[in-house]
Parts: sequence; C-alpha cells; structure tokens
Amino acid sequence: MSTMNQAKVEKYRNDFLKEVTANVEEGEWVKMCMQCGVCAGSCPFGPYWEHPPQEIFMMIRAGKREEVLTSTSMWMCTSCYNCIARCPRELPITHIMHGLAHYADRLGLAPKNQPTRKFANLFWNNLTKKGRANELKLGIALYFMNGFIEGIKTALKMQKMGLNMFKTKRLSPMELLGGHGIKDTGGLHAILKKAREIELANAEKFNG
Amino acid sequence: MSKKEYSFYPGCSSQKGASASNYQVSVDSMCDVLDIKLNEIPDWNCCSASIGYAGGGVLPRLALSARNMALSEQAHGDQDIVATCAACWLATRETKERLLHDEALMKDTNEALAAGGLKVEAKQNVRHMVEVLIEDFGYDGLAKNVKKPLDGIKIAGYVGCQTNRPFGIAGESFENPKYLDKLIETMGAEPVENYDKKVSCCGGALIFSEPEKSHALIKDIIEAAYDGGADMIVTPCPVCQLNVEAYQDQINAKYKTKFNMPVVYYSQLMSVAYGKSGKEAGLDGQVIAARKLEEIAGK
Repeated sequence: MSTMNQAKVEKYRNDFLKEVTANVEEGEWVKMCMQCGVCAGSCPFGPYWEHPPQEIFMMIRAGKREEVLTSTSMWMCTSCYNCIARCPRELPITHIMHGLAHYADRLGLAPKNQPTRKFANLFWNNLTKKGRANELKLGIALYFMNGFIEGIKTALKMQKMGLNMFKTKRLSPMELLGGHGIKDTGGLHAILKKAREIELANAEKFNG
Repeated sequence: MSKKEYSFYPGCSSQKGASASNYQVSVDSMCDVLDIKLNEIPDWNCCSASIGYAGGGVLPRLALSARNMALSEQAHGDQDIVATCAACWLATRETKERLLHDEALMKDTNEALAAGGLKVEAKQNVRHMVEVLIEDFGYDGLAKNVKKPLDGIKIAGYVGCQTNRPFGIAGESFENPKYLDKLIETMGAEPVENYDKKVSCCGGALIFSEPEKSHALIKDIIEAAYDGGADMIVTPCPVCQLNVEAYQDQINAKYKTKFNMPVVYYSQLMSVAYGKSGKEAGLDGQVIAARKLEEIAGK
C-alpha cells in the first residue's frame, strides 16, 4: 500500500464520500446522483463497465473504497460527454470518472495492467516532456507497453496503418530525432510542478 | 469585407508530419479564400486532450490550457481564440469557463502560472473554427465564395462528440446538430438525411488502448454512412477523422466488411468548392482517396 493511500485511509476512516469530495475532480457532485442510469445507457462502452457510473456513485456513498478505486470501470470512459449532456441532475459525470481514475492512479490502487491507465500515463509523460505530443514516440511506446514480444506483434499488426500514415505525410520519422516541442519547456515544467503542489496542498487543507 | 483576425491554437496533430497535417493545409486554403488571418499563439503547448487526466490531475491539466490563454492574451489579447481541433477547443473552453466561475481556481491557476512568469485573465472568447464560419460569415456568406459546387456528392456529416458535447455549437441540439449538414449543402453537395451515427463516439483516444471495442463503434459509424448512400464522410474533428478513416483495413479484416469510405474535413470540402487544388485541399493526405472530390478539384 502506498504511503499516500495509507495516509488517506487514516484521515478519512470510513467516510469515503468525504474523501472523494476532497480529493476527486468534481467529487462534491457524487451525492447528487438519483440512480436513474441514463449515464450507463448513454455510454458507448456501457457494456464493458464492471460497475456503470450510477453504481460507482452509490458504491462511493456506501463506503466501498477498495472496490471503487481498484475498479477498471472509470477507465472505460471515452470522453464522449454523452452522460454529461443527458444527466437529468446535470452531474459532470465525465469529469468525475476522470477524477476517480486519476485519484486511483495516484494512490497506486488502479489496476496495474489496465491498458487505458497505461496509455494515459504514457500520453501525459510524452506531452509534458517537450510541451507537445510526439505521435511517433507515443505510438512506439504504446506498442511496447505490454513488453517486447507483445510490442513486436502489435507493431506488425499495425504496420500497414503506419505505412499509410508515413506515405500521406501524417507521421514523420523525424519525430524520433527530437521532433516538435515548445521553446520554454523550463517554464512549462515549473508551472506544472507548482500546479501539482497546490492541488495536493488543497486536498490536505480540505475539512468539509 | 475586411480581413478577420483570430488568435490561433493549432494543436499538436496539425503540425507538419502529424496526423491531421492535411486538416491544417485545407484550413489555410479555406482561410485564404475567406480572408481570415490566423495569428498562431506563440509557443503554445499541448492541451493534454481527453486522456491527460490520468497523469495530470485537475490543476496541472487546466494549467496547460491556462498557459496557452496567457500567451494568447500577451500576443493578441483583443482577438478571439480559435481552435480547429475538437479536443484543443474543448480543453481551452472548459478551462476558461472553470476559471471564470471559480475564484479560488483562478487564484491557484495564476499562482501556478507565475512559476513560469505568466498570468491569465481568461477573458477571450474560445471558439471552434466552425463557429467562426457559421457566426462570423454565415451560410450565405460562405456560399458566396463557392466556385465549383460539389454536385453529385452525397456526404454523411459525422459530427462526433467533442465539438458537440458538453458545449456544442451555439443554437444546435446535442442529439441532432444540423450545422454540418448545412455546410455540406452550402458547398453544393447532398447531406445524408438522418445519418444514424451523426453524434456517436468513435472511441476517441481509447482506439489506442481498447482497439477492439473502438473498432466496433467505428464499424457502425461507417456502416450507417453506407446505409445512407454516402460517397464519403465529413467531420470537424481530427480524432474522428483518423479513427474512422485509418482503421478500415483492420475492421475489414475482422468483420469481413469491404469498407473503403473516404473521410474528410469540412475545410477540405470548402477548399475544393472554393476552387483550390487537391493538394491545397490536403487531399494528398487521405489514406482512402476521396476520388469524387479529387475529380472536382482537377476540373
């Protein structure tokens, strides 16, 4: 168990709703869900959720901390915003799912081999390094995220698509050598570091 | 009409050698005809798109867009910010609205920005390019520049998710937005009526992590276009374009389909209708050639 996870368990004891309110993006909305299930019915990946959003909300209120934070459910969000557009109570469901995924990841509770968790972290590291996404390096990292053998298999499967993208000049081998980036990476990194510090400090200060 | 200027946020996929570089080519051609000047935000960074949340957290993620807005304010603060990418637009607009509605968040964001020597007010409008077309030019204004009407082409207007929800284009409904159909008509082509998958999700960034599940969604999007008699699909979003066009081989292999459906951007339709060459319309960037557009461009 990570140190941060241990600290959160001790701080909130059995009040998982309070923990979510303090630590999760738009978490204060969780209590507003009226269990209609329109979100689940509107989700393009609906059938694949271990627990659909309304169930996740009820589980948070029921204090099922471990089950919620280790679930693969919120990693199924494609960010289509159907649930937000349709929720009769206007809960920002997409954001709450993103927030839960992030929190579970930060605590080290998110399922280790969940592919979207891995990819999303690759993407964040890729874009923050030089300030802009490097599509080629991201693609290669993605192919190999499940190990070398799997990577070769995926690369072969994707070969034709990759060639199509090279041919149409929509993927550039030059991206391997540096590639696109911003000038003020130092400034950007300082901003992101500060933002992370403030966010963690705010969660600590919360007493609601 | 005098030149219209905007503070432009092109986004990562628009860059040279990136997945939507042909979108940018066609946007430039379209803007040339409409006498639009796009002033690129100096040193803009990635918005972290719809998948940045896992590594980012709220404030770091919003700080990315806030940095872009701060740089835009410095360079062309009197202009509206315009993005062509759905995710860029959504992230920037979301950040603006959240900052203006939450004083504490505005304070925190500025404290973070100060570490990089910047500050933000978030007062500029944040608009998608199609809003600029519809609101600042209007369908009639856009029609005036048509030199080669796209006669005889039937097109499925695939709006997708992120230009449509949660903000959407002003005056349009979430379930059945009409602007893309109207743009198709304005360019002289025929829109597929009641295109069943108009606002369905293509899987977005999860095409990379959940390819099988995403392919199933894309298959339905393409199938519905064929059902409507479409010659091609048009979209305002770089992720929609890539997902729906580039994986057709893999979908054909899996589902035994014979899809060969071109997927283009609205700006490519407009560039061709406005008399630009196929190259100027970015048609050389299609994985599946848009033959009917090429023919008109070549006339």
